Amino acid sequence: MSELTLTLLRLGLLVLLWIFIFSVVGVLRADIYGTTVSRRSQRKALKRQEKQQSRASRVTVPAAPPAEPDATGPGAGTAVPDTGGVVPGMTSPIENNPARRRGRHAPTTLTVTEGPLSGTSLPLRGNGILIGRNPECALVLDDDYASGRHCRLFPGSDGWLVEDLSSTNGTFIGRDRLTSPRPVEIGTTLRIGKTVLELRG
Amino acid sequence: MITTVETLHPPTRRGLELVLLIIAVAIVLLAWVTVDLNRNGTVPANIVPVAGGFAALALIVHLVVRWRAAYADPVLLPIVVVLNGLGLVMIHRLDLARGRLGVDGDAYRQLIWTTLGVVLAIVVIIGLRDHRLLRRYTFISLAVGIVLLLLPLVPGLGRTVNGSRIWISLGPFSFQPGEFAKVALTIFFAGYLVQTRDVLSLAGKKVLGFTFPRGRDLGPILVAWVLALLILVFQKDLGSALLFFGLFVAMLYVATERVSWIVIGLLLFALAVAFALSSFAHFQVRVDLWLDPFSPSSLAMSDQLAKGLWGMAAGGLTGSGLGAGRPWMTPFAESDFIFPSLAEELGLVGAVGIIILYLIFCQRGVRTALGVRDGFGKLLAIGLSFSVAFQMFIVTGGVTRVIPLTGLTTPFMSLGGSSLLANWMILALLLRISDQARRPLPPASDTPAADAAAADVTQVVKLR
Repeated sequence: MSELTLTLLRLGLLVLLWIFIFSVVGVLRADIYGTTVSRRSQRKALKRQEKQQSRASRVTVPAAPPAEPDATGPGAGTAVPDTGGVVPGMTSPIENNPARRRGRHAPTTLTVTEGPLSGTSLPLRGNGILIGRNPECALVLDDDYASGRHCRLFPGSDGWLVEDLSSTNGTFIGRDRLTSPRPVEIGTTLRIGKTVLELRG
Repeated sequence: MITTVETLHPPTRRGLELVLLIIAVAIVLLAWVTVDLNRNGTVPANIVPVAGGFAALALIVHLVVRWRAAYADPVLLPIVVVLNGLGLVMIHRLDLARGRLGVDGDAYRQLIWTTLGVVLAIVVIIGLRDHRLLRRYTFISLAVGIVLLLLPLVPGLGRTVNGSRIWISLGPFSFQPGEFAKVALTIFFAGYLVQTRDVLSLAGKKVLGFTFPRGRDLGPILVAWVLALLILVFQKDLGSALLFFGLFVAMLYVATERVSWIVIGLLLFALAVAFALSSFAHFQVRVDLWLDPFSPSSLAMSDQLAKGLWGMAAGGLTGSGLGAGRPWMTPFAESDFIFPSLAEELGLVGAVGIIILYLIFCQRGVRTALGVRDGFGKLLAIGLSFSVAFQMFIVTGGVTRVIPLTGLTTPFMSLGGSSLLANWMILALLLRISDQARRPLPPASDTPAADAAAADVTQVVKLR
């Protein structure tokens, strides 16, 4: 065997060893970043927090503690399981969505603006969503004043409607407690226990 | 800043494991061919059956993992195949240097032990469907562990090899039961600590920022310490004693998050070292050799450490090439000193690569512990990966003069059947736990916790 071949074999072995190490490390990278963390814009979040704090100081009943950034992270994730009862698969075609076709005031997302889940949002799609503390709900509230199945949002003939499911403490739009299904549009805020939800376009 | 986290549906990554396994087997084959080309100038004659058999072993484990632990960590098995294979190649290389060929060689026996190790790993993966079953055997593991540790002391059964009484011989087979005691005791520590960690971590008073445990809670650590001391006194095996005590202190720390346990552990360790230094000449010699291996008086006693260091120095940056160095000059080049042997022939680049492979192996163990959902599994995974890491540290630190040299086997590499079997068992347990850790949860509505949450009553707003 020539000297050159042996040297090449010697170095080739080392190169192969390190290729192996780097491919293993490459696998680890994918595994470490297996969860995706999406960040909302920081400015928005700060503003929201300020608003919350000022509101919390005005209310006499001790309100829910303003959501800490890192506390909301994983909490928000687990609060919205995509196995949620009434929400069908994520890929519902747009033409099946009646609300989307009607007017510009049809809301497309539901965002939690106050309460323990503040910052969570979920899309309004398909046959509507159930809100409450029960894990089968699409939006599972971590709120002691919410009922298991508290209220639902569903598409009617003229757009999205909200209906209280005879909850213990009621669903409020402004100061009115809901007694019958009522249409909602962009900007409507719903209050459930200590949680405030806003419908957005 | 508000963040939302969505967990992805984890892929099983078995295909990736297969690709890594192919690279792993290629590394081992290339190493083997290099050895024979360097020594004999020819490609080994039996390359097809042996290489095929080795690849088949790796493939069989892969298929079993695919079948029974589909979500297991994809990098553990390929890393072990590389380490075990490089160990085999080095043992074969030392056989060639000593003129022992074929069935006479150590490599032949080591290959049989590797096969048995693979069989044991497969039995563990198939037989143990859920690592939590092991928790039932917490105290049985303690008994098994202590019996295994004490077996070498039984007259007629135990054998003294190189001053340490850690072997038993059963007919033609000799065995180092301490390696299995390591696994058994890790299971015991995990089961015991998961029950008692609350009282160990919460009770106690605070002194100088440390929460010190109550006197009565010191019992377990004292028992572990006395056990380690007994090994030290009666078996004269410093390495195992250090390994068991270190393992217990580390698991205690992980279970309780109290730095005070490490402080107490280090104090007890210092006490033991002082005792050993004053009463064993054996131990004093090792410290002298460690501090100054090149002095004439040290060289007169043992030139093993010095020869290992010279070997590594001779290797330089890229090594002499497998088969082109002279690692056989160091005593025990195939067991305790297999790391310097490989470092001589693969150089610094290869030696660092090997250390990184161990590091990644242990990192995957720790990652598994983070991911698994039950406390017992967490402690078991930490304990197993720590035992591999600590053992590697003790033996590599010993041969590179970081700490005094104490005889321990290099996991997966050294010549020795019991060590190989025990480490394949550790691999199988880690694969099993990591399968549990990465497997997606069943749908939320199926879990009893969901029903419990639904049954909670809603608080009523009091109207004034």
